[in-house]
Amino acid sequence: MGLLEYTAVELAAKIKSGETTATEAMEAVIAQIEKSEDELNCYVTFDKEKALEAAKKADEGIKAGKLTGPLAGVPFAIKDNMCTEGMLTTCSSKILGNFVPTYTADAVERLTQAGAVIIGKTNMDEFAMGSTTETSAFGVTKNPRNIQHVPGGSSGGSAAAVAANECFAALGSDTGGSIRQPASYCGVVGMKPTYGTVSRYGLVAYGSSLDQIGPLCKDVTDCATIMEVIAGKDDKDSTSVKREDTSFTKALVDDVKGLKIGIPRDYFGEGLDPEVKEAVLAAAKVLESKGAIVEEFDLSLVEYAIPTYYTIAAAEASSNLERFDGVKYGYRTSDYEGLHNMYKKTRSEGFGPEVKRRIMLGSFVLSSGYYDAYYLKALRVKALIKKAFDEAFSKYDVILGPVAPTTAPKLGSSLSDPIKMYLGDIYTISVNLAGLPGMSVPCGKDKNGLPIGLQIIGDCFKENNVIRAAYSYEQARGKFE
Amino acid sequence: MANVISDETIEYVGILAKLELSDAEKEDAKKDMASMLDYIDKLGELDTSGVEPMSHVFPVNNVMREDVVTNGDGSKATLANAPESNDSGFIVPKTVES
Repeated sequence: MGLLEYTAVELAAKIKSGETTATEAMEAVIAQIEKSEDELNCYVTFDKEKALEAAKKADEGIKAGKLTGPLAGVPFAIKDNMCTEGMLTTCSSKILGNFVPTYTADAVERLTQAGAVIIGKTNMDEFAMGSTTETSAFGVTKNPRNIQHVPGGSSGGSAAAVAANECFAALGSDTGGSIRQPASYCGVVGMKPTYGTVSRYGLVAYGSSLDQIGPLCKDVTDCATIMEVIAGKDDKDSTSVKREDTSFTKALVDDVKGLKIGIPRDYFGEGLDPEVKEAVLAAAKVLESKGAIVEEFDLSLVEYAIPTYYTIAAAEASSNLERFDGVKYGYRTSDYEGLHNMYKKTRSEGFGPEVKRRIMLGSFVLSSGYYDAYYLKALRVKALIKKAFDEAFSKYDVILGPVAPTTAPKLGSSLSDPIKMYLGDIYTISVNLAGLPGMSVPCGKDKNGLPIGLQIIGDCFKENNVIRAAYSYEQARGKFE
Repeated sequence: MANVISDETIEYVGILAKLELSDAEKEDAKKDMASMLDYIDKLGELDTSGVEPMSHVFPVNNVMREDVVTNGDGSKATLANAPESNDSGFIVPKTVES
């Protein structure tokens, strides 16, 4: 078995026991990147020498007994919207094409403190706006399972890098499904934690009330282990929550006896691909056969989640992206007359079409005369959606459904019809609106060999129910391929 | 109830958003925004009277700390990212006409 076959946790154990080193692991990853990266384009920034140097330093720390964590020496990829001191952070946008942060995001800092080694920064939809990684200013990323298809998005580079063994694990961010959906399309595990669990400090903001950082990785054990490392209260993020219960690896238990699982009927209606439906329901049967109590119910309001989300996310984006004005960092237009013209030209030349579309919509729904009718209305519906989940979680420990209505679409088939693309987020988006934890676990393949993802959703702060269900399912399912 | 976005509205939103759109982009924006708003209008089907707008899922409060400097002087590194700067600040086009 080659080094690349190991999960992150397995690799760390091999490094700890002296069977291999962080440098050897990094060399294996680099060899893989050199083999497949020209075709896949998972990374925006990859500096071979720096990565090797960082691995060497990790080896020294491990040898000296300073790095003893469960991820010590493991090569990681980071989505390119998380600040990394001294390393380009572009958000896959022309407007940040030359931005080198002066500090590191809290989640990345925690990873490196635990001994993880950063390989580079992964491709994404521009400013995390998109579901295919095709809105990147630095080219599309291809799905390693079938290069005719998209890897999903917006954390498409991170998901593809894990699937292609161009890293052992990665961080992504999830505002409306941006970790879970690419994880599903690429056949890897991905988790969005409860809002406030992982600090957003150093994450370039898209929709601040919805954004969360989380892992993309090979299995549920890696997922819980990474979650445990990156979670934690941070004074630099005012929405960071102090939690006592972040021992996520404790939930790696193969036992779902008595676990109450709700299956929302409204997640299995029109628009859902029959192969996806079949695979997800089969996974539910597996958990039922292991002693879980599975029951169908009506969640309600599902069709209102997308218009609610796009109103709120666009509003927050229009406000968050005001800072990109050609003054403090990033791109500035070369030819302008006066300050306002400089702002306008810089932004018009620096942002891509999808980002402009959302900034325009957001500016409109926040504008005087429309604020109540659109923005406040969406916030009221958000409250109703949250209430529907509260009711569901008064009866069930976890909710189980598909991650996306279909498997990965073909490259080039999504961007022409924005609303159709937005509809693909229908099962992931309400999880962000309600602040819930959600995980995507591979549960099958369609007739074209494209992965299908099972989504497990828990109540706020109940990641451990999600992890337990996912782990038990994974044990029963066994290894893929 | 199809929304129609006028030239004036796109012009006005362009000012708010600080974006300068080409004529072709404006036409696309009119179409895109109208279809998005048609879609968002679906929320009108729900009776939300008496429902408080929820901006955050958990209660958020102002977080206070003592006004003590904890970071060092990072001005050099910060200015290094600026498109135009001098030793002590960002250089911007003239903002006040004399």
